[in-house]
Amino acid sequence: MVELGRAGTPMDAVAGVVPSLVFEPADEQETALILRDANQAGLSVIPTGGGTKLDWGNPPRKADVLLSMRRQNRVLEHAWADLTVTVEAGCTIAELQRTLAEHGQRLAIDPLWPERATVGGILATNDSGVLRLAYGSLRDLIIGVTLVLADGTIASSGGKVVKNVAGYDLPKLTTGALGTLGVITRAVFRLHPLPRNTRTLTIAAKDAADMQRVVLAILGAQLAPAAVQVRNGNVDILLEGTRDGIASQESAIKEFGTLQEGSPDVWKAREELWDRAPIVKFTTLPSRISAASASFSRSVIQATGIGFAQVPVGHDGDLAGLRAAMERDGGSLVILGRTQHDAWGSPGDALPLMRAVKEQFDPKGTLNPGRFVGGI
Amino acid sequence: MNPKTLEELRGILGPHGLISSSEELRTYECDGLTNFRVVPSAVVLPESTEEVQAVVRLCHRERIPFVARGAGTGLSGGALPVAGGIVIGLARMKRILEVDLANARVVVEPGVINLEVTGRVAPANFFYAPDPSSQSVCSIGGNVAENSGGAHCLKYGFTTTHVLGLEVVLPNGSLVHMGGKTLDTPGYDLAGVFVGSEGTLGIATKITLRIVKRPECVRTLLAAFHSTNEAGAAVSGIIAAGMLPAAIEMMDNLAIQAAEAAVHANYPDCGGLLLVELDGPVAEVDALMAHVDEICRQNGAWEIRVAQSEAERALVWKGRKAAFAAMGRISPNYIVQDGVIPRTSLPQILSEIDQLSAETGLRVANVFHAGDGNLHPLVLYDRRVPGQEKAAERLSERILELCIEKGGSITGEHGVGEEKKHMMSKMFAEPDLETMQRVRCAFDPLQLSNPTKIFPRTRLCGEKPGEYVAHPLEIAGVAERF
Ligand SMILES: Cc1cc2nc3c(=O)[nH]c(=O)nc-3n(C[C@H](O)[C@H](O)[C@H](O)COP(=O)(O)OP(=O)(O)OC[C@H]3O[C@@H](n4cnc5c(N)ncnc54)[C@H](O)[C@@H]3O)c2cc1C
Repeated sequence: MVELGRAGTPMDAVAGVVPSLVFEPADEQETALILRDANQAGLSVIPTGGGTKLDWGNPPRKADVLLSMRRQNRVLEHAWADLTVTVEAGCTIAELQRTLAEHGQRLAIDPLWPERATVGGILATNDSGVLRLAYGSLRDLIIGVTLVLADGTIASSGGKVVKNVAGYDLPKLTTGALGTLGVITRAVFRLHPLPRNTRTLTIAAKDAADMQRVVLAILGAQLAPAAVQVRNGNVDILLEGTRDGIASQESAIKEFGTLQEGSPDVWKAREELWDRAPIVKFTTLPSRISAASASFSRSVIQATGIGFAQVPVGHDGDLAGLRAAMERDGGSLVILGRTQHDAWGSPGDALPLMRAVKEQFDPKGTLNPGRFVGGI
Repeated sequence: MNPKTLEELRGILGPHGLISSSEELRTYECDGLTNFRVVPSAVVLPESTEEVQAVVRLCHRERIPFVARGAGTGLSGGALPVAGGIVIGLARMKRILEVDLANARVVVEPGVINLEVTGRVAPANFFYAPDPSSQSVCSIGGNVAENSGGAHCLKYGFTTTHVLGLEVVLPNGSLVHMGGKTLDTPGYDLAGVFVGSEGTLGIATKITLRIVKRPECVRTLLAAFHSTNEAGAAVSGIIAAGMLPAAIEMMDNLAIQAAEAAVHANYPDCGGLLLVELDGPVAEVDALMAHVDEICRQNGAWEIRVAQSEAERALVWKGRKAAFAAMGRISPNYIVQDGVIPRTSLPQILSEIDQLSAETGLRVANVFHAGDGNLHPLVLYDRRVPGQEKAAERLSERILELCIEKGGSITGEHGVGEEKKHMMSKMFAEPDLETMQRVRCAFDPLQLSNPTKIFPRTRLCGEKPGEYVAHPLEIAGVAERF
């Protein structure tokens, strides 16, 4: 039987809302029982992993039960010769990467706070870092998922093989769904080999136009950088591969600007933004990066067009206008942390369909009520 | 079909956009999998999103099932018509709407042929990465619906990785936009679930694709081994050495013979042939190619060639890409299968297939995307011999069961369609399938869009949640329900 939960404390607050009960189920079955009972009793459930991003999304309308996945934290199977891993949702990213590194492999993603962030948490929030340029984001790396739905149904989709088109792709649907469709209990990922060598280079741009030029020149060249980011007027480039390959790419990149040896620490720049909250995540086209950067005093923008920025003190109010401008341009602006604004902005004409999906998976609105787009 | 409905369809599409004579309808009775045939009641050939919407609205009002069709090259019966239903052929929506090289995006209509995308951007040194062997004829709409793959998806990812945005006509006729030109649009990843949904969630009318810069160089190595086991061991060696080639393909002797007969690719006559392609910066590729060469030799390769020119490279690939069609040279009939196994189970499943082949007396040729464990066993038979077709079907199904037993999948790229829906309950548990159907019910509560495919049983959606009807203001984004 499921152990009784403990009472929630202010330490457990979710975007300011203190849950009444906290559960830490030991396995999928316990998770399912808790969900089923809560759902029947009309209690809302907030799933959590490492708790690093619990204030992302809107505050929950109701937070009766905090469901921690922390005890389900095993790496179940590292099939290294098949380049796949099956892992429980509560496993931290750092722990997972340590296990994979024993066989010279990695999950090719660099999310925030890997020592504390969990597999379930990064999936629910779709957090990805700079490596996305070369390896794609979580949606491109996840190949299987097991979910517990609000009514206690345990369902798997995808599988353990990299290539598989049998049935709907629920791993993608649940990635970035902020736990509103089901609680992720385990995931299967495709893996990549650890790079043989890495090298970080930096080009100090003269001005915004120069920065934009450098970024597009690198993307438009026949090179294979693992990552490119724009940070305070600098363009950082990560090269991976054989020594010869790195050297030849370096000499090609030299044509685009004066190269400095970069420090690997530059790739922590995104995390360092969090010395002040809230942070916004915005998306734009690669060709509009410099225009977007002009709107913020401090930002880190990936060459894929995903940026993170601090909101200047006292300028919270400007966010609505900024968001509207970004959306007009085909982009978006999401607030990561609490403000008086809606966290998400407009999902456009797909909102009714998104609500219909939610209605099918969680008709009583048990999971994370009110935290997602459009009040889902 | 009710004459009034036909009249209304003619009104929407004009006289040249509607096919209703039984003679012409026959052209649409099957896709690339010809053993399932159903003649539709009508075929419409819309030229715009508005026409698709008008047809679908009519279908919704009259409860007429419809099936989207691209080029009809599907190999699982996905575009097989539904009795009494309409086929919506998208071949006339074939414009490339936008090419944005700076941002590596291309916007197309669904009827655009896969290879035309690469054709359009090649002068600027870009290409569209997903490359099914049928790429000179299949449509992007069909690729989206099947989440098609190709040899180079090992490195570059399948169709789903390259589809950033979709405009979709939902089964009730409304138009929605999923994803977009930028990444991580807020909300559920509806484009992610639509790709690979085999026409069951609506009709894609506009697709935003990501294109890829051509690598500085491409090198293709061809290695001949005594057996597929040796070739398989070389693949393991390459993966263990931490390399991710652009493609690793394998063919067995029977497949080689067929390819030789068909296109004279000049393959060595061997037990197991490996094609390994590396691409990227020249210095990187040269360093790794030396390593691949060494691994192949260590595992018993007795002949290794590296294609020296683009023409040689094209010839090497021609044999592989023609492999399915080439079977016609060595057998009157054949079944193409599409199973997936964890790659390490390759030697085991090959010996099991050999055994099944010996037991039934049917020959099986093997072509694989070896890097990702996607097998294409080709079961050869002669329809004129009584009982052989049935035996071949049983054998090919048995192979899929072996794939499931090994933790693999019943389809890596061809889709479930009509052909494999009865296998779904072998691969998935009932709650898994029931959960997938919840998606179906959200998109298509009346089950009008390609209703009989993928799932062994359709789940009634009407029961509890009911169809969500959006208030017009809500759609306009003016008001929200909360
Ligand atoms: C010789 C040969 C080789 C092949 N090689 C490969 C290969 O290497 N890799 C691979 O993955 N496949 C391969 N295929 C299979 C096939 O070509 C692919 O599945 C292809 O994507 C189908 O495209 P199509 O335009 O022919 O679609 P169709 O066969 O017309 O339709 C396929 C499915 O898509 C749906 N559909 C079509 N258009 C739309 C739309 N606009 N919106 C929603 N749904 C739509 C249909 O309803 C149907 O379910 C091969 C086929 C042949 C004949």
